Amino acid sequence: MIELKGIVKRYVLGDETVLALAGVDLFVARNEYVALIGPSGSGKSTLMNLIGCLDSPSEGQYILNGRDTSALSEQELAVVRNREIGFVFQSFHLLPRQSALQNVMQPLVYRRMSPSERRDRAAQALRNVGLSDRLDHRPNQLSGGQRQRVAVARALVGEPSILLADEPTGNLDSRTSSEIMGLFDALHALGQTVVLVTHEPDIAAHCQRTIRVFDGLIVEDHPNPARAA
Amino acid sequence: MNVFVEAFSAALASLNAHRLRSFLTTLGILIGTMAVIAVVSVLQGFSDSISNQFSDLGSNTLTLAAKNDPDNFRTGQINRLTFEDVGALRYKISGIERVAPILRAPLGATLYKGRAVAPQIQGATEEAQDVLGVDTSIGRFLTASDEKNSRRVAVIGTDVNDQLRMPRDPVGEYLLIGREWFRVVGLLEKRGEIFGFSQDNRIFIPFSVARSLTGTFERSSMEVSFTVTNLAEVNQVRERTERTIRATRKLPPGKANDFEIKAADSFVRQFNSITATATAVLAGIVGISLLVGGIGIMNIMLVSVTERTREIGILKALGATRRDILIQFLLEAALLSLLGGLIGIVLGLLTGMGIASLIPNFPPAHVPIWVMIAAAGFSAIVGVVFGIAPASKAAALDPIEALRYE
Ligand SMILES: Nc1ncnc2c1ncn2[C@@H]1O[C@H](COP(=O)(O)OP(=O)(O)O)[C@@H](O)[C@H]1O
Ligand SMILES: [Mg+2]
Repeated sequence: MIELKGIVKRYVLGDETVLALAGVDLFVARNEYVALIGPSGSGKSTLMNLIGCLDSPSEGQYILNGRDTSALSEQELAVVRNREIGFVFQSFHLLPRQSALQNVMQPLVYRRMSPSERRDRAAQALRNVGLSDRLDHRPNQLSGGQRQRVAVARALVGEPSILLADEPTGNLDSRTSSEIMGLFDALHALGQTVVLVTHEPDIAAHCQRTIRVFDGLIVEDHPNPARAA
Repeated sequence: MNVFVEAFSAALASLNAHRLRSFLTTLGILIGTMAVIAVVSVLQGFSDSISNQFSDLGSNTLTLAAKNDPDNFRTGQINRLTFEDVGALRYKISGIERVAPILRAPLGATLYKGRAVAPQIQGATEEAQDVLGVDTSIGRFLTASDEKNSRRVAVIGTDVNDQLRMPRDPVGEYLLIGREWFRVVGLLEKRGEIFGFSQDNRIFIPFSVARSLTGTFERSSMEVSFTVTNLAEVNQVRERTERTIRATRKLPPGKANDFEIKAADSFVRQFNSITATATAVLAGIVGISLLVGGIGIMNIMLVSVTERTREIGILKALGATRRDILIQFLLEAALLSLLGGLIGIVLGLLTGMGIASLIPNFPPAHVPIWVMIAAAGFSAIVGVVFGIAPASKAAALDPIEALRYE
């Protein structure tokens, strides 16, 4: 489903070139539950952005659900993001002036779906994350954990094939972190493919597979004994 | 379609979120349209009232008058119409229905019970009623018998009646005009003012009386208004008249006319062309003010795009295409300036009405619907044009960069 071959990503800043990814090969199958770990600046976010089609590699090949993404236009990549990918960010990235419901409806706007259908689906997605009583709240009227749940609902409302989460618990305390991880566990159990980035071993312990990134390379890739058991 | 409805409500919500800023942004457009509509409404009201006043004079009325240039006045060789000219109009030219010679008779002051006024005194025949489109509200107009018997009778305008404080029904009262007594036989209907000149400060007396009282023609001058039987023939009649009058006045070929044939509505046409020029100048000013307004919108929108960089990044991460973002921002700009235009139209109408009501005797303000539609449409177009730069800037943002933007 996710297949990376020899991915290199360089950032050019003036006359300096940063090698963020130095040749990554990776395969993630359907319904896997993967944790990317590694020190800050090792290239985890860069890798996530590439998998999420927010960015394209400098070299290498990325095949998503059997399709080579390097052949896709900007417009087609937007469609892929809309249909195949659900993104959850560390700092939530909700639209500040819109209600929880409107935030969750937003990805469906780009599917040219009727407003009533959009509303129904968004309300259902919020119900699934336990926020059916917060539909009309704005992000600043919600707690951090609630905001992240809105973000998860928004990522899932379009039924993407992959859920990507870049340090989803990075801004949360340990109790709300474990609530969010409980949500991911449940989603995985329902068949969702999940890839997340984390610093924390407890969080990585929820996953089936741990990948360690260092200096733009995958240096470790092993099944998680605790979960695999 | 759905896409536009969608983007439309998103744009509206976004403008609503920054009400004060949106208002200030569109202020340039607002003031521009307001000024235009105010001026157009006053001009149009004015021009409508002029056209209405002149529509009484049918467009089948022509007037023959002597023509003099400054040289004639300087040398004292002033051209005048003669009774032969009147006779020619009456009997020699086909296609003419009624002929009404009008003799201006400067007989001096008009007195009534110790009060004096100086109205315009015109000698006229019964035909003048139809040809000039004047009517009496009380009494009667001049008749053929008044003319034949040279009766000392007068038909007076309402200003004369008011200023001399004559009875509401002045028929039967006696006036001293110059050195002669006249009996009032009729009161003219009120006509109002044109350019501040009253049309009611006049007295009609029989042509024959005016002619004998002025005696020599040195101090008086004559015009002849006449109606054309068939309106469609007005140009042929005009040509025939020119030819015949040239012959009557024995003008050798090659010599310029010393008379002119005016259409009654030529004044209206002239006035309309003045309003058209004023409108064109105005349109130029509007163009400039809307340009300035548009630049204002572009500026603020560029700032707003920068401010909303992260939001744009989020939308792109959720699957918004370049086109989605472009449409959203273009609509926002169009809507913003359309709203400014609409508010400007309303305020402009109110201003125009205010101005018209503040000036005494000024006709009510009026704006043609198409001007309002054009103003609204134009302001929306300005929004779109000046929204292009900010909208393409927003659409071109790189999603990752935009998401990282603080
Ligand atoms: N847009 C960018 N421009 C320049 N350098 C970047 C950019 N994004 C990431 N980098 C660099 O690439 C490297 C990897 O960054 P990142 O993927 O964010 O690491 P992580 O998420 O593991 O902390 C870092 O050295 C970072 O400075
Ligand atoms: Mg990171």
